[in-house]
Amino acid sequence: MQSTLFHRAAVGLTSLMISGMVAASDWTERSDHNLRPGVTAVSKEVYDLHTTVLWIVTIIGLLVFGLILISMIRHRRSKHPTPATFHENVFLEVLWTIVPFIILIAMAVPATRVLIELEDTSNAELTVKVTGHRWKWEYEYLTYEDDNNIGVSFISNLATPPEQYENPVLSGGLFPYGTAKDRVGQDFPEKSHNYNLEVDNKLVLPSGQKIRFLITSADVIHSFWVPDFGGKKDAIPGFVNETWANIPEGQEGIYYGQCAELCGKNHAYMPVEAKVVSQKEFATWLAQKKEEAAAAPDLTPFPDLDTALSAGEKVYKANCALCHGAEGQGGIGPSFVGDDYVTNPEHLEDHIHTVVNGRNAMPSFKAQLTPKEIAAVITFERNAWGNDTGDLIQPADVHDQE
Amino acid sequence: MSDSNSLEARNKRTLKKLTIWAVAMFGFAFAMVPFYNVICDITGLNGKTSSTANTEAPSRLVEDRKVVVEFITQNGTGMNGDFLPASRRVEVHPGEITLVNFYASNPKSSNIVTQSIPSVSPGEAARYLHKTQCFCFDQQTLAAGERKEMPMIFYLDPELPRHINTLTLSYTIFDVTDRVAGINNNTVLD
Amino acid sequence: MSTVAAAHDDHHHHAPTGLKRWLFSTNHKDIGTLYLWFSFAMFMAGGFMAMVIRAELLEPGMQFVDPEFFNQMTTVHGLTMVFGAVMPGFVGLANWMVPLMIGAPDMALPRMNNWSFWILPFAFTILLSSVLMSAFGAGHPSAPNFGWTFYAPLSTEYGPASTDLFILSVHMMGISSIMGAINVIVTVFNLRAPGMTLMKMPLFVWTWLITAFLLIAVMPVLAGAVTMVLTDRHFGTSFFSAAGGGDPVLFQHVFWFFGHPEVYIMILPAFGIISAIIPTFARKPLFGYASMVYATASIALLSFVVWAHHMFTVGMPLAGTLFFMYMTMLISVPTGVKVFNWVATMWRGSMTFELPMKWAIAFVILFTCGGLSGLMLAITPVDFQYHDTYFVVAHFHYVLVTGAVFSMFAAAYYWLPKWSGVMPSKLLGELHFWNSLISVNLLFFPMHFVGLAGMPRRYADYALQFADYNFWISIGGFWFGLSQLFFLALCLQCAMKKGEKAPAKPWDGAEGLEWEVPSPAPFHTFDTPPVVK
Repeated sequence: MQSTLFHRAAVGLTSLMISGMVAASDWTERSDHNLRPGVTAVSKEVYDLHTTVLWIVTIIGLLVFGLILISMIRHRRSKHPTPATFHENVFLEVLWTIVPFIILIAMAVPATRVLIELEDTSNAELTVKVTGHRWKWEYEYLTYEDDNNIGVSFISNLATPPEQYENPVLSGGLFPYGTAKDRVGQDFPEKSHNYNLEVDNKLVLPSGQKIRFLITSADVIHSFWVPDFGGKKDAIPGFVNETWANIPEGQEGIYYGQCAELCGKNHAYMPVEAKVVSQKEFATWLAQKKEEAAAAPDLTPFPDLDTALSAGEKVYKANCALCHGAEGQGGIGPSFVGDDYVTNPEHLEDHIHTVVNGRNAMPSFKAQLTPKEIAAVITFERNAWGNDTGDLIQPADVHDQE
Repeated sequence: MSDSNSLEARNKRTLKKLTIWAVAMFGFAFAMVPFYNVICDITGLNGKTSSTANTEAPSRLVEDRKVVVEFITQNGTGMNGDFLPASRRVEVHPGEITLVNFYASNPKSSNIVTQSIPSVSPGEAARYLHKTQCFCFDQQTLAAGERKEMPMIFYLDPELPRHINTLTLSYTIFDVTDRVAGINNNTVLD
Repeated sequence: MSTVAAAHDDHHHHAPTGLKRWLFSTNHKDIGTLYLWFSFAMFMAGGFMAMVIRAELLEPGMQFVDPEFFNQMTTVHGLTMVFGAVMPGFVGLANWMVPLMIGAPDMALPRMNNWSFWILPFAFTILLSSVLMSAFGAGHPSAPNFGWTFYAPLSTEYGPASTDLFILSVHMMGISSIMGAINVIVTVFNLRAPGMTLMKMPLFVWTWLITAFLLIAVMPVLAGAVTMVLTDRHFGTSFFSAAGGGDPVLFQHVFWFFGHPEVYIMILPAFGIISAIIPTFARKPLFGYASMVYATASIALLSFVVWAHHMFTVGMPLAGTLFFMYMTMLISVPTGVKVFNWVATMWRGSMTFELPMKWAIAFVILFTCGGLSGLMLAITPVDFQYHDTYFVVAHFHYVLVTGAVFSMFAAAYYWLPKWSGVMPSKLLGELHFWNSLISVNLLFFPMHFVGLAGMPRRYADYALQFADYNFWISIGGFWFGLSQLFFLALCLQCAMKKGEKAPAKPWDGAEGLEWEVPSPAPFHTFDTPPVVK
């Protein structure tokens, strides 16, 4: 690794020292150390509330610590050999019960106001259904302005390639990635700037309009959180939750978020990437998506094995590697390396069926991958890592199964 | 100890009382389940609608008010088929009886038993949504390859609070075949 | 249950020796010692898991373990620290000190006392065996991996096979704690020396009495929760499964109905310890004794109506959210009273700063930090941002590590002369204190920053902007972990009776019955009850 511990320590220390002076411009600013004001009116109010409360508790804290310090200096035995004997004072005791109570009321009033505003999801122009899956988000655009039947939905996967986080497996057991000794001289890929935050299909949203998110889950509890939109809401299987955001015009850009409720192995690998665009751009994008959704699937066959393989490798990394391993070595899902299931022609049909419709813990992929992509990835799985079956699956074979 | 007998007796008495209390609190944990359901019914805490048919007719029709009811559907664990409402959104007057069809399909080569679970957002609207008929009241069996039409008839209570002008009714469909058959339904992942 | 107070028959014989002394012990001092060593062993085991977590988080990317094992580490670290280190640690202190403080010859139910301790090693063998199997066993079957809060459906439909081991061990821990709590209550109610009225009891006894009531009230609820998880997993019930008409959110309500009082179970005895130490070294009586008792009781009562502040983001109706927010804010009033009372006790005292006092002052300051961040978390709209981030992790580690754990260190330094008969090594003690104090802040303070910046908790890997702080947090973690070895050495020295001989009352400002017996406290004390004036 290029960055040695010393290098890191130096960078860390410097950024700790200067972080107070530099205002973070985007979320990926290093060593950000405070809550982000965010972009929506509500998130700014939340930020203001946070700042107020932080000041109040800091002042209370400094007051208490100051008294302790004064007492420690002035009332030590060497300075103050004879202790006082008082052990109660009704006035003081009433005072320090009443005063905090008043401070609390002062905090509760703005908190209540912001809370009521946060909960008001009425009169939204765009409704997006957000579904948490292990370990990806699905976005379904339900209604936009007067359009009640959009029918656009897609899955958003982590786009950071697995090599960047899943370091090569060097040994089994407690340390699958090898001990420090094993790793000397190993070359790890550099991490991209938006490591662990970038996705393949972004959540595209219009600026200047109220967006309502309906949040649910297909398996376990997840939590949908884009800090710049001012809060998180849990995605609960079988139940639906609501939250909303209104990103002002002029604030178009990329906003990142993450899953905030432990949902299993790859909890840390299901980010949210929202791309906020102008209303005009959004309408164009939506129209294009609608067209794609309505169009018949592309069933042109692959000209040769290599074309299918290179397409399949990309699909594999984005969709399969999280569970089956970057090198097909398995993980939550079974291993593919030399496995009978992916080398024996008898299982080919079942293989296609499993990818299309899912099996047990494995989800169905027909909604998120085109027949062409499924054909490519199955071809890849049956030829990579020394499987070399020579099987070439064509989009039409997959389409027959759907 | 001179008074060991009476002390022992006192200890035993206190022990007994505290043990009873501990056992009662264990029971209380289970009592929280029906208690929670009652609270949910009253406050709409979790947005669940009643699981039995409402047999009362609406008291009146509020013609000067329109409310948007949205339907969303979701496949739960084990379901891979399509599950969709015939229409995603209707505008109704409170008190107006409305029919909405839902469709579910079974891509598997064997019969499955499904159970759909309703959830309403905002939660407080749940108690104002009355269903006279719903596929969610019972388990629905889908034959291999079948596409089934499943009706739901509902009306909104005329007393629906004024500030609610959109409500979302979500159904999550679960494949409960194993559960019905009494098979241990753990997803063993390793 | 054979729970009769009948172990007094061997009072006038010599103490048994060897293995039997510990296995069959009905002596509150021996059982207390067992609890304390067990607690320290679990503190080291849980700490080792924290080291694995911090090693993995030293840099972004997966380096040492895989995310699955990482989740097992966070889960078992939490369970071990809560149920293995903090709770048994306080029960050990209660065993040793409550009879000595109220002038009782022993705990009221000595055989039950033996039983409640000896369940624990078995409970933790079961729990930790799942980790050993995961790390070294064939096929690496997963240990519990759903977080110590075991939210459904992650622990029900998606839980690994070892969830059943976890359920069994939680049941055993629960039974142990309930028996321990019953014992404390019976002892305090029935075995007080003549003249020791309730309002004369040392605050440590008071806080433990209230804690014991909390334990009896909520440990059975936890037992209920794990039982429901068990039946959901294996017996076809659907308490928490939406598919069968249940509700996953119900789990969180049941769990936190236990979980919030549990938080106070882990801090109220600490308040008692600090209220004993500060007056001793300020040489001035505790300020506001009665208001301390009432504050403790009101904290305990309020703890039953604030549980949902752990779950503001699940989507509750506005009225419910507001209720829980106001109640949670209210808890800071009695907690504040306690802190102000300690400061007033120090004020115009005549203070010296021996090791127990150092730990106690560190406790007051750092626990207050944790309390203030708790007040921030109570503000619901902002909690929507803080929730499930490292800000929360920082908050509860300030409360539990620099709160509960620091108070236990203070207690150990304060009472070790009484327990062992020797004065603990000043050199090791100072090294332990200063290393711990600096490293613990390096470890937990920057967690506030990464949390506010947006790093969710229970993440095995993180975006690059969190890398710098995480590096320093990990360094602080390793440092803090290693610092505890000083304490281990110090305890071993005391156990081997190496050091200056301790007088009956090693602290000149100390008051209370425990200082009227010789050091080390003989095997049997107060066979004839003392008379308290």
